[in-house]
Amino acid sequence: MTEATANALNQESVSNRPRRRLAIPKESFIGERRVAIAPANIAAFQKLGFDVSIESGAGLASGFSDADYSKAGASIAINVSELFGAADAVLKVRPPTQSEIGMLRPGTFIASLIQPAQNQDLLGHLARAKISALALDMIPRTTKAQKMDVLSSMANLAGYRAVIEAAAAFSRPFTGQITAAGKMPPAKILVIGAGVAGLAAIGAGRGLGAIVRAFDTRPEVKEQITSMGAEFLELNFQEDGSGEGGYAKVMSPEFIKAEMELFAKQAKEVDIIITTALIPGVRAPILITEEMVRSMRRGSVVVDLAAEQGGNCALTKAGEIVQFDGVSIVGFTDLAGRMASQASQLLGNNMVNLLDAMCTTGKEKTGFRIDMDDETIRPAMVAHQGDVTWPPPKKPASPSPAKPAAPAKAAAPAAKNHGGHGHGSAPTQMDGRYVLAYWIVGGAFLWWLGRSAPAEFINHLTVFILACFIGWQLIWNVTPALHTPLMSVTNAISGIIVVGAMLQVSGPTNAVSTWLAVLAVLVATINIAGGFLVTQRMLKMFRK
Amino acid sequence: MSQTLLTVSYLLASVFFILSLGGLSTQETARRGNLYGVVGILVALIATAFSPMVTDFTLLIPTIVVGAVIGAILAARVAMTAMPELVAILHSFVGLAATIVGIVNFMQAPHGAGLAGDHGAMTLIHDVEIFIGVFIGAITFSGSIIAFGKLRGSISGNPLLLPARHWLNLVMVLLSIWLGVLFAQSASTGVDPFVAGALPGLVPLLAMTLIALIIGVHMVMAIGGADMPVVVSMLNSYSGWAAAAAGFMLSNDLLIVTGALVGSSGAILSYIMCKAMNRGFISVIMGGFGTTSAKPAGSAATAQAPAGEVISVDAAEVADMLKSARSVIFVPGYGMAVAQAQHPIREITDILRKSGVNVRFAIHPVAGRLPGHMNVLLAEASVPYDIVLEMDEINEDFSGTDAVVIVGANDVVNPAAQTDESSPIYGMPVLEVWKAKTCVVLKRGMASGYAGVDNPLFYNSNSRMLFGDAKKSIDSVLMALKSAVAS
Repeated sequence: MTEATANALNQESVSNRPRRRLAIPKESFIGERRVAIAPANIAAFQKLGFDVSIESGAGLASGFSDADYSKAGASIAINVSELFGAADAVLKVRPPTQSEIGMLRPGTFIASLIQPAQNQDLLGHLARAKISALALDMIPRTTKAQKMDVLSSMANLAGYRAVIEAAAAFSRPFTGQITAAGKMPPAKILVIGAGVAGLAAIGAGRGLGAIVRAFDTRPEVKEQITSMGAEFLELNFQEDGSGEGGYAKVMSPEFIKAEMELFAKQAKEVDIIITTALIPGVRAPILITEEMVRSMRRGSVVVDLAAEQGGNCALTKAGEIVQFDGVSIVGFTDLAGRMASQASQLLGNNMVNLLDAMCTTGKEKTGFRIDMDDETIRPAMVAHQGDVTWPPPKKPASPSPAKPAAPAKAAAPAAKNHGGHGHGSAPTQMDGRYVLAYWIVGGAFLWWLGRSAPAEFINHLTVFILACFIGWQLIWNVTPALHTPLMSVTNAISGIIVVGAMLQVSGPTNAVSTWLAVLAVLVATINIAGGFLVTQRMLKMFRK
Repeated sequence: MSQTLLTVSYLLASVFFILSLGGLSTQETARRGNLYGVVGILVALIATAFSPMVTDFTLLIPTIVVGAVIGAILAARVAMTAMPELVAILHSFVGLAATIVGIVNFMQAPHGAGLAGDHGAMTLIHDVEIFIGVFIGAITFSGSIIAFGKLRGSISGNPLLLPARHWLNLVMVLLSIWLGVLFAQSASTGVDPFVAGALPGLVPLLAMTLIALIIGVHMVMAIGGADMPVVVSMLNSYSGWAAAAAGFMLSNDLLIVTGALVGSSGAILSYIMCKAMNRGFISVIMGGFGTTSAKPAGSAATAQAPAGEVISVDAAEVADMLKSARSVIFVPGYGMAVAQAQHPIREITDILRKSGVNVRFAIHPVAGRLPGHMNVLLAEASVPYDIVLEMDEINEDFSGTDAVVIVGANDVVNPAAQTDESSPIYGMPVLEVWKAKTCVVLKRGMASGYAGVDNPLFYNSNSRMLFGDAKKSIDSVLMALKSAVAS
């Protein structure tokens, strides 16, 4: 069955399967402007077998009216308890409240940001109500799950917005200029933590013309920092801060001391500090002390993206701008939500990808299903069938990039031996019966030869067959990059036929055969000289 | 020089040849390998020159000198893009030499005159050896000439398909066998079956030579241009077998060993090339690819083509894309060789690598017209070989790549090979370029590749087409990149 027909069949089976009801409530958290999906996503959900209902006014703060949603095919629900009560699946941004959980039927699936480490009580409520809950913030940061990673989507926006908020609070422009009225120095930004948000902040800061420096405990992000156009600040201290799942881990006290010295020094120099240091499940580390803020120039800005987890700056107040000694400390926790329309669109795309993955087994669309063995879904499931399922059982190997590389490397030489090129099955793999048949036929032929052929011929045949085997072994070892030189070398050495012609040129000069032999010697010599020299020329060019 | 000393010299030469091929296994040892080959040939030549059978040097020395000079000039002058032609014409020389050696051997000692040992069986075997040697030699000779013409473009690359061509081949082979029987019989009858007074057996031998030449021409004429890598490797193999057959004929183990080495080398290369195109060796040799399958391909294409829009870009946009990418993979094809675009590509590579972009090259096994053709061209342009990767090494990395630049390749990046069962190239392993974030395709126009198959890649939403001559396009991308870096 081709993929095309398989897809066609799946489409059909999807449409035959009972459709599920997907509910999108209005966010009840005060100040939350985002909504879980955008009107543009509705078609995709319908294709996956969902009927979408959305609470009236859910998208207003994001710039989507009820009419936009209903035009896209969603039904608008006025009554919240009916919306929740009828739903098979609910998509939300903020964690569900107790009253929202109360309206859901047992067995309903809900996906939202949950932060299970900070919200243990909520997990209990969800489990008691027999809700299957997926924490969007716990989706593992693997390549496969990237398209559903809402944290990355939001962090990207937040990083950008952090720079904009800094620019708004800062007393100077970011770009350096020399004008008729005098010189404006460019702003200097320090970005701490080069995750998605940090990198986005670097990009936005550079875009506005500031000089950007960045620091991160993970040395491998240096390349990413420099590629975004920032200077990577290095410590004279060796410790790798890479932790599980692409986050940083808690560092040793010596390291932290060296790090703090660096920040103290930088605080005196820079105009803007943007901190994005988060360690999952723990209060954000304090990196900017009160003393450092005091040492900053008046009019400087600190933007703390970790404000919700306690803040990287000692003076941060979540959700507010604090003025301290002439320095503005921005602690907004809704940076992404301040660009609600774009944020909701990205969220919606992440949600589509999530449900798409949950509706897919292998390559086929099998309908919505919670697969507790799936490596992407399982770690994010925090409650299922009456149990709290968080934290997930530890996997032995964290998906660090070095690990998958190792078996691949081990497999490569194996493939080399096998066929040199790893083009699937090697020529040696044959059906056992055929092998036997070949040996019988070959054996019979050799027996016949041994009985009837003269000894001299057999000697040559021995040499010939052994040489074939040597050639076979040698050639498979040749690297494919050298196949052209290989051809020209074998070409040159097959000019050895000249030896046969040389034995023939000593005949009488009036015989045709002698002159034919001369021709043979000539072309064979051209071949030898040309073949070797051109090979030499080619091989000289191959260099590291 | 005594016979045993000669034999030992030949043994030494054989060892050098084996070491030579062994040396080619890696780039580091390849030059030493080539040197071993030269030493091996010199040992063999000198030993043969001093053997008792060579008595007259008046013709030999000047011929060898002239041959060596011609060879050296050819080797020094040939452009790297013309390597396939050079290899093909050199194959034809081996074939010619093998044919002549066989015929002359017969003329100077008809039917094994002067052979020692069991006379009846030895004569028959010797006759068969000559016959087979000449047969293979002649096919190699004429086939390589045609391949040379096709690669140069002086003969159309389209397959020539005569009606009932398989039957024609069969008849010619049967005719050759019949001539072979006559040839062997003439040893006992002592008269030539066709021309009275001629050397008994010479006319059947020459007639067979003529037929073999026609077979060679006909065989290669029927094979399309895209299958040339297979044909060239196959002819490489034939030239080896021809040398081995001559070795049997002359009772010369050095020729046998060398011929076997070369023969198996060419056979393996043909096998690799066929595997890379997902085609049976027989079907390639039978020829006609690209014509018989064009019709279903055409209908499939019309069904698929409207699936998307072609988005074209200009050189400045491509330069921007490359500059802002973190990783770039170039996929060169025959078009790069034709346009000689490898040098500006290398300059682009240098600029990008300097600014921290991870640049690599992905080589499909059948890219170009010769196994390893692209590697040689990139090496000529001083692209470091450790960033030039094979299909199997790099295929998994496309998904993490920001930009792929396809220069003059088409069929080897066609996603239809994996998805469209009706496509004539279905099942052929291809470079999965469409998994990258963006694919830039440099192309003259919307024409299809050698296989005559439309490429759905061009209609993908993440594909960008940069139309125009590959060299000019690359040059203007380079200019744009240079000015962007300078500013």
